[in-house]
Amino acid sequence: MAHGVPTNEKQQIQRVEMCNITKCFPGVLANDRVCFDVNQGEVHALLGENGAGKSTLMRQLYGLYRPDEGEILINGRPYTFNSPADAIEVGIGMIHQHFMLVPTMTVAENVALGLKSSREPMLDLDKVSARIRELSQLYGSIIDPSAYVWQLSVGEQQRVEIIKALYRGASLIILDEPTAVLTPQEVNDLFVTLKRMVKDGHTLIFISHKLHEVMAISNRVTVLRDGCLIGTRLTSEVTRNELVKMMVGRDVRQLNPQPLKSGPVRLEIQGLQAMGDRGTEALRGINLQIHGGEIVGLAGVSGNGQRELAECLAGVRKTNHGTILMDSVDISFMPLKQRIDSGLAYIPEERMRDGAVREFSVQENVFLHDHASPKYTHGIFLDFARMRVFASELVKNFNVKTPGLDTPIKNLSGGNIQKLIMARELSRQPKVLIAAQPTRGVDIGATEYIHQRLLQQREEGIAIFLISEDLDEICVLSDRIAVLYEGRIMGIVERNEATVEQIGLMMAGISMTEAMQR
Amino acid sequence: MPPEKEEIAVRTRRFGSPGMFFNALLPLAGMLLALLIGAVMLLILKVNPLTAYAEMVGGALGSVSGITQTLVKATPLLLVGLGICIAFRASVINIGGEGQIIVGALAATWFPLTFRMWPGWLLVPSTLLVGFAAGAAWGFIPGILKARLKVNEILTTVMMNAIALQLMNLLIRSVLMDPAGITAGTYLAQSERLPEQSWLTRLVPQTLLHTGTLIAVALAVIVYIFLWRTTIGYRIRAVGLNPDAARFSGINVPFNQALSLTLAGGFAGIAGAVEVLGVQHRLLEGITSGYGFSGIVAALFGGLHPLGTIPAALLFGGLLVGGDKMQRAVQVPNSLIDAILGLVVLFVVGSALWSRRWAARRQMAAAKNQKELG
Repeated sequence: MAHGVPTNEKQQIQRVEMCNITKCFPGVLANDRVCFDVNQGEVHALLGENGAGKSTLMRQLYGLYRPDEGEILINGRPYTFNSPADAIEVGIGMIHQHFMLVPTMTVAENVALGLKSSREPMLDLDKVSARIRELSQLYGSIIDPSAYVWQLSVGEQQRVEIIKALYRGASLIILDEPTAVLTPQEVNDLFVTLKRMVKDGHTLIFISHKLHEVMAISNRVTVLRDGCLIGTRLTSEVTRNELVKMMVGRDVRQLNPQPLKSGPVRLEIQGLQAMGDRGTEALRGINLQIHGGEIVGLAGVSGNGQRELAECLAGVRKTNHGTILMDSVDISFMPLKQRIDSGLAYIPEERMRDGAVREFSVQENVFLHDHASPKYTHGIFLDFARMRVFASELVKNFNVKTPGLDTPIKNLSGGNIQKLIMARELSRQPKVLIAAQPTRGVDIGATEYIHQRLLQQREEGIAIFLISEDLDEICVLSDRIAVLYEGRIMGIVERNEATVEQIGLMMAGISMTEAMQR
Repeated sequence: MPPEKEEIAVRTRRFGSPGMFFNALLPLAGMLLALLIGAVMLLILKVNPLTAYAEMVGGALGSVSGITQTLVKATPLLLVGLGICIAFRASVINIGGEGQIIVGALAATWFPLTFRMWPGWLLVPSTLLVGFAAGAAWGFIPGILKARLKVNEILTTVMMNAIALQLMNLLIRSVLMDPAGITAGTYLAQSERLPEQSWLTRLVPQTLLHTGTLIAVALAVIVYIFLWRTTIGYRIRAVGLNPDAARFSGINVPFNQALSLTLAGGFAGIAGAVEVLGVQHRLLEGITSGYGFSGIVAALFGGLHPLGTIPAALLFGGLLVGGDKMQRAVQVPNSLIDAILGLVVLFVVGSALWSRRWAARRQMAAAKNQKELG
């Protein structure tokens, strides 16, 4: 097989056009007359905030949804895809954010899954394996076809997904936020692979909300906002600021927090150990101090113990060993309610699961913890009048956009829900704030606002522990950055002391001394 | 229009939409459909459905006796339903209504027989409270098992039903057995008649309608206030809607689940006490008449809202009385009545699902319009 020619006798995709695509979901117009096109051999980035309709648009191209209106032309011919099988048939592949692999099967078995064997009814795994080797060599990373998927790293699993798509003869591959789960080094490796694929005549659609990646890899970029097409530009002719403006609809100002003189230690973690959900060791001795007036960022690839650490601090996960001190008081054995009452605030990672009651109104959600406080009750009766005054003040102060205080919170956008949760947590004037993924899935406007608020709280002397998978966020906001890897802290660096690459190495498990020398 | 405002505009549309009226009519339409299918079954049995249904409606609503009987049957349904509202709002499934009614009735039989010297103004309220306490204890056991050991409450409440039933069978054949029956040698499985001052006052002469009905309605209002105006009610609802978020806010989830099951048992216990003090004036076998189960349906029918459960209980009370009358008038097997009742439940629940999907679709169309206007 020569370079660049797809496996089967499939036609090469020269050009894909999506014309006036409209897609409606209950309560949301996800795509509103969106036009999009991609030509062979280009990387076309699809940029937009969460909920802008990027994934929805691409899922229609991949046959997962059917457009309500509009048509899809491939090489000038209209196509209707009833399922991904139809799209694969034409040569379209999609790499999802969440991988569609069976962990207990080998790479070869995963790739062959759902395909007809060349010697039915027997499997032809040897043949498949040979082809996998060929493909993985071609694109720069060696994958062992007989390895089990659960043994592979996240980055390797992503390779398997790509190989799976190539094996099925995809000439156009859609990558849905492929870098969200990778370390900076893995992102670089991925980009090398992607560039080789393009050189071989493959076409890529790259969905992202990260500007620097879009600038680095794409030839053209299309921006969506609120389901509408904002515009398509040549990447070489557009600046980052212009793209931000297209995404958000206005200018976004850059944060540049000034160093503060930090106060006394407010949160101290000593030798903390805890189990994960599956009974494995998730935290293997965490030591960390956070001062008042300081933001400490916790960087790390997801699944290295961030969630467990946050939950241990909040008091919803049992610790096996170690102590947690808040203002020198041992809170390790305090139940959650007592921790909150003594000054701990927590913005949980899964805000709709752990931070809010979907069906409750905005006002009811404000009082999840404080509803029994004497300020808002007469005996056992709730004092709605006073609750209302307080809730409307919070909503106003934190710029929460809601039709009213009685609106169920599920009708608010993610950003507004997060602002409300943050308002609730900060309204108690806490000593320590644990913010887990505070801006995940939140639009740029709200993210900006949340960041400003965090910096403002820092100035007021609160100790802030910022746990985030967004390395940019950590680097901008944190005074010090701790890197978590497999339940251990690999090192703690001052902001500006280490480069993103050095932090990335530590995220991949390389020790601090070694990482700092490179 | 800036995007955020637009979004809000779309979302506000859902509230105060004319769909409210439509949604209220839908269960009625479901009921009519069920009766239509019931008509076909009646035709197969060679009975004129029109006369049968006329008997049914007339039986339940056509006379003072019919209306009062409907109210009498609706009372325990409402009381059990109120408890179900509390339990289900906390996402605790209480199938133990039958057992809780029985222990409530047992306690409400034993107490006035023991304290028969007490005056009525003291005896009646204290007997009701004792009935509540007994039912609550019967709900507390599965509640604490769930809270402490995470034992499934559906399983335990059903088992507690069997225990209560056999306990009653044992007691009314031994210590609670009517001494008159023993002397007469009939050995009927029933208790002694309760002292007269413990009976609930009859509201309409020559009927069974008693003050228990008024008590039940008053309790419905109290449960409403409890669930929506008090801190405990707020916690129970938060636990039911999202136990994780409740836990993260420092609410004791298992405690509130156990509490809701205890309260649910208490309300079923009052239902048992009211049946004894208001209708039978003694403990008999079959005192529950299946109210422990039909009360669940009434509560679900009423949207798990204490005030909504009032009309729902009336409807089911009417169906029970009317069905009974119809059966006697047109001579159809009893099981047919059960089948028709089952159809009503099925169709009304189905219509609720349909209306939810309908609302989603309308919302989608609204979003589309809004977008085009904006």
